[in-house]
Amino acid sequence: MPVKVMIPTPLRAFTDKREAVELEGKNVAELLANLTEKYQPLRKHLFNDEGKLRNFVNVYVNEEDIRYLSREETPLKDSDVVSIVPSIAGGATGTAGTGVGFSHDEVQRYSRHLIMPEVGMEGQAKLKQAQVLLIGAGGLGAPLGLYLAAAGVGRIGLVDFDVVDASNLQRQVTYSTADVGRPKLEVAKERLTGINPHIQIDTFEERLSSENALDTFRSFDIVADGTDNFPTRYLVNDACVLLGKPNVYGSIFRFEGQASVFYAKEGPCYRCLYPEPPPPGLVPSCAEGGVLGVLPGIVGTLQALEVIKLILGEGNPLIGRLLLFDALKMKFRELKLRKDPECALCGERATIKELIDYEQFCGIPAHEPVAETRSGVPTITVEELKALMDENQDVYILDVREPQEWDIAHLDQAKLIPLGELPQAVNQLSSADDIVVHCRSGVRSARAVQFLMEMGFRKVRNLEGGILAWSERIDPSLPRY
Amino acid sequence: MIRIPEPLLETIRGHGRDSYNDEACGVMFGDYAGEDKDVQHVEPLPNSRDGQRHRRFLITPKDYQRAESEASTRGLTLLGFYHSHPDHPAFPSGYDLEHAFPFFSYVIVSVQNGEPTEVRSFVMREDRSAFDAEELQAV
Repeated sequence: MPVKVMIPTPLRAFTDKREAVELEGKNVAELLANLTEKYQPLRKHLFNDEGKLRNFVNVYVNEEDIRYLSREETPLKDSDVVSIVPSIAGGATGTAGTGVGFSHDEVQRYSRHLIMPEVGMEGQAKLKQAQVLLIGAGGLGAPLGLYLAAAGVGRIGLVDFDVVDASNLQRQVTYSTADVGRPKLEVAKERLTGINPHIQIDTFEERLSSENALDTFRSFDIVADGTDNFPTRYLVNDACVLLGKPNVYGSIFRFEGQASVFYAKEGPCYRCLYPEPPPPGLVPSCAEGGVLGVLPGIVGTLQALEVIKLILGEGNPLIGRLLLFDALKMKFRELKLRKDPECALCGERATIKELIDYEQFCGIPAHEPVAETRSGVPTITVEELKALMDENQDVYILDVREPQEWDIAHLDQAKLIPLGELPQAVNQLSSADDIVVHCRSGVRSARAVQFLMEMGFRKVRNLEGGILAWSERIDPSLPRY
Repeated sequence: MIRIPEPLLETIRGHGRDSYNDEACGVMFGDYAGEDKDVQHVEPLPNSRDGQRHRRFLITPKDYQRAESEASTRGLTLLGFYHSHPDHPAFPSGYDLEHAFPFFSYVIVSVQNGEPTEVRSFVMREDRSAFDAEELQAV
């Protein structure tokens, strides 16, 4: 049972000049599919890249707009006449020549941007054309992603390989409780697309490495670094300098944050500030030292703001300035950074021409480390320790975490001496004892074992996986953090 | 090429002037024989856009349908639409491109400080990638 489709003048060039064609279709969707099947060049004029009807293409069944019927599900019967009717729209904007267009939906969405002269259609078009890569979908990546997506940055790349952990939820506001256990990038893509369906989200579920960084970065204009470790930070910096891209940097620890824009073309790079990483272990990570949940929200939004300013070319970016934020004092300070003419990466006689091995450079792995195999100290598994305890063997269990961690969970038999106090408290220990040292996951305790061995202790072992492993495999009643 | 008689061009300019600083819009009818368009009649239409009429225009589906049927009644072809750009040059915007249809001529009159200046015509490429300028001849 054919249905008559009325073709508007501008599209008749594609229907052999016919004003009307007769086609089958039990509903509008099926009819339009048959129409564009028969006259394929019609497709791109009726549908957008996502396969949705363009919003200035109106479809009427008899006299009624299908938006007031059942949209594309509107059923059709024999005598129906379906009309394709354009809305003719347009207007002057500053985007002439950019080739970037905005739908009605987008114009409404971005209206608070569009009415500001510093943004306007021209700036919004720049945002839409911009391609920004976010390294890390964690505490800093959350506000970065959410705000850049909302602002209409046309393509956002996300690099991460983690799954959502319950301990992320205190600050990584992209994720909700139900997401625990899911891959971060899968959730983040859903969330960002949910905020703004007009943008493209590209995910790179991989460990960023010297092998893949340049290829991953190449197609982006700006990189925003939301990582929490030195190897990746140097890797991001070096890759950005080698490719000539700005690196919008942020870092957080406990109550303090930093932000800057490292852009070697116009100012210093991260290596001008820190030519060499700190000695391993000197600067604890957030997993070891903690971080106030709101802090990444502040620093990540600062980064998002800097990204947007770079795209718009408005204002004074943080190039050559290091912004320091102290949440307890509620103070911002600013340090002037100068380009180091001797910088090995961006200086006049640069010696670094390609990416290097950053874990070796920093002396620490970029990812959740297996401390025992790295440091080579003697170890004991949680099962072995349990067996010793069950046999009532004399074991001295030394906990080198901080008191507030002890309050979360501890082993009853353990004695607490925080790692930092160990050198002063070492005389409380007896080298005759069989000592098992533990911390949260085994990193700090490995350092403690190393230290004690250097002090002459021989019967000292590191508990593999720390109290987390104990909770996981021996005593699930202990909370994990 | 699109040929527009001078009096009709004056109607387009005048509509742009009278509507300043809103955008004016209207429809053009005429003959189409292969390559060239000959405009024989223009008709101002209301700018049905809610808000932002100084930089946006909208011709509703209803007005569009009326234009189509008027074209049939007059035995003419719907050749395209004109609109004004208040205080902006007579070049199509990205927004124009997003909303354009093939075949139609998009005639744009720039109105600077209330006075119409240049008039240009554009046709969108069939792959929707850009507008091409169309030769406009006043006759």
